[in-house]
Amino acid sequence: MKRIVVVGASAAGLAAAETLRREGYDGTLTLVGDEPHAPYDRPPLSKQILSGEWGTKQLPLRPYQVLDSLGLDLRLGVAATGLDTTDRTVRLADGSQVAYDGLIVATGVRPRRLPGEGAHVLRTLDDALALRGLLGPGRRLVVVGAGFLGAEAAAVAWKLGARVTLIEPAPVPLAQAVGHQVGGVLSRAHLEHGVDLRTGVSVSAVTEDGVLLDDGELVGADEILVAIGSLPNTDWLADSGLTVRDGLVCDEYCQAGQGVYGAGDVARWYNPLFGVSMRIEHRTNAAEQGMAAARNLLHPEARKPFAPVPYFWSDQYDMKIQAYGYLRGHDEVAVVDGDLAERRFVAAYRTGDRVTGALAVGMPPKAIRLWRQAVATGAAWREAVPTETTGAAVNEVA
Amino acid sequence: MRVELDEPKCVASGQCVMAAPEVFDQRDDDGVAILLDEHPVSELHDGVREAAAICPAAAIRLVEG
Repeated sequence: MKRIVVVGASAAGLAAAETLRREGYDGTLTLVGDEPHAPYDRPPLSKQILSGEWGTKQLPLRPYQVLDSLGLDLRLGVAATGLDTTDRTVRLADGSQVAYDGLIVATGVRPRRLPGEGAHVLRTLDDALALRGLLGPGRRLVVVGAGFLGAEAAAVAWKLGARVTLIEPAPVPLAQAVGHQVGGVLSRAHLEHGVDLRTGVSVSAVTEDGVLLDDGELVGADEILVAIGSLPNTDWLADSGLTVRDGLVCDEYCQAGQGVYGAGDVARWYNPLFGVSMRIEHRTNAAEQGMAAARNLLHPEARKPFAPVPYFWSDQYDMKIQAYGYLRGHDEVAVVDGDLAERRFVAAYRTGDRVTGALAVGMPPKAIRLWRQAVATGAAWREAVPTETTGAAVNEVA
Repeated sequence: MRVELDEPKCVASGQCVMAAPEVFDQRDDDGVAILLDEHPVSELHDGVREAAAICPAAAIRLVEG
């Protein structure tokens, strides 16, 4: 293999490129990114960057010298626009073509938007810089979508003194992801901080004056942030012959086609640890999957299934939320440590007869790691979760 | 190999502890990483490289050599 192209220059793409070099690949290595910036970290965008706590200096994923030492053919500020898997070439927005023997697709996701003009989204550094500075005391911010991103932005804006309204179509924010009880704990944190959380309310459009609700009410705003999820960046793969279905479809080795692998937010792959096809928009998954895809591309004879325990964290007000596993579609939640009311607890998640997830707020690391281990080993629920816990009122069947 | 930990950037994920438990630990109160060994022996280098690569805050830097 003499020519490898990695499309996507964020966490997954960079991890793939670094891994290829670390594993001894010394051929041409092209890294393509649609943003003009060198690879940078995204989680701080809705935290330290939005709050102004950090400048942009802390954001690059690697110092320039480290990036330079990888010997990359670095193409920044240019998007990939097409892929020919027969000729094995990637077409770029500047009209050029790059041939490959091996390809890693790590093009990430883009924010979903609402009809109308003038709303912010929060995905890129430029998005974050456009919004910060507009969130001072007395400013009215409406956040549409109380998922993790919307909740973090609301918490930061509150801290900056803004008047925040958080609008969510579901009756309980994040209930699908973390269950009703944990979703309720997160909701109460918003309300206790004076954020006007409005649930069960749908927004039909954004306007210059605010957001227009389904029932015709206009909620006035100086700034609007739309945080209603993301769409995988797969448009450029439309005529490639690769299978796209809410992401680039990959097998358990992250392989999508002949010489083509997927990694990060854009990749939907089969995770044998949970026995389901999943697409994970988490920072840690991007790096881990970038590494796995690179190794399997380089060493097909020794390829390994990619079977991680997904992990994410979220900072909201004084809470650090950490979760392991695959919580979506769970059958039951039980509080196995701590106390929900104190916002200091571990909740375990059951799917079928196994422990498939754990979520912790404000607990010591060792308490959380214990439950990660239960998820990683596919521990039986009835053995891992004390019966007095499963029988208690804190139990919840989703 | 010299290991550097950019503590203010640490997000307390504990990924480094799982990759290289001989070299990293976490504080009990807030989970922030602790560097146990700035100059790990060569047998531990693969684990340390793994830790640096998967750190979700890019807070671990290695100076090889």
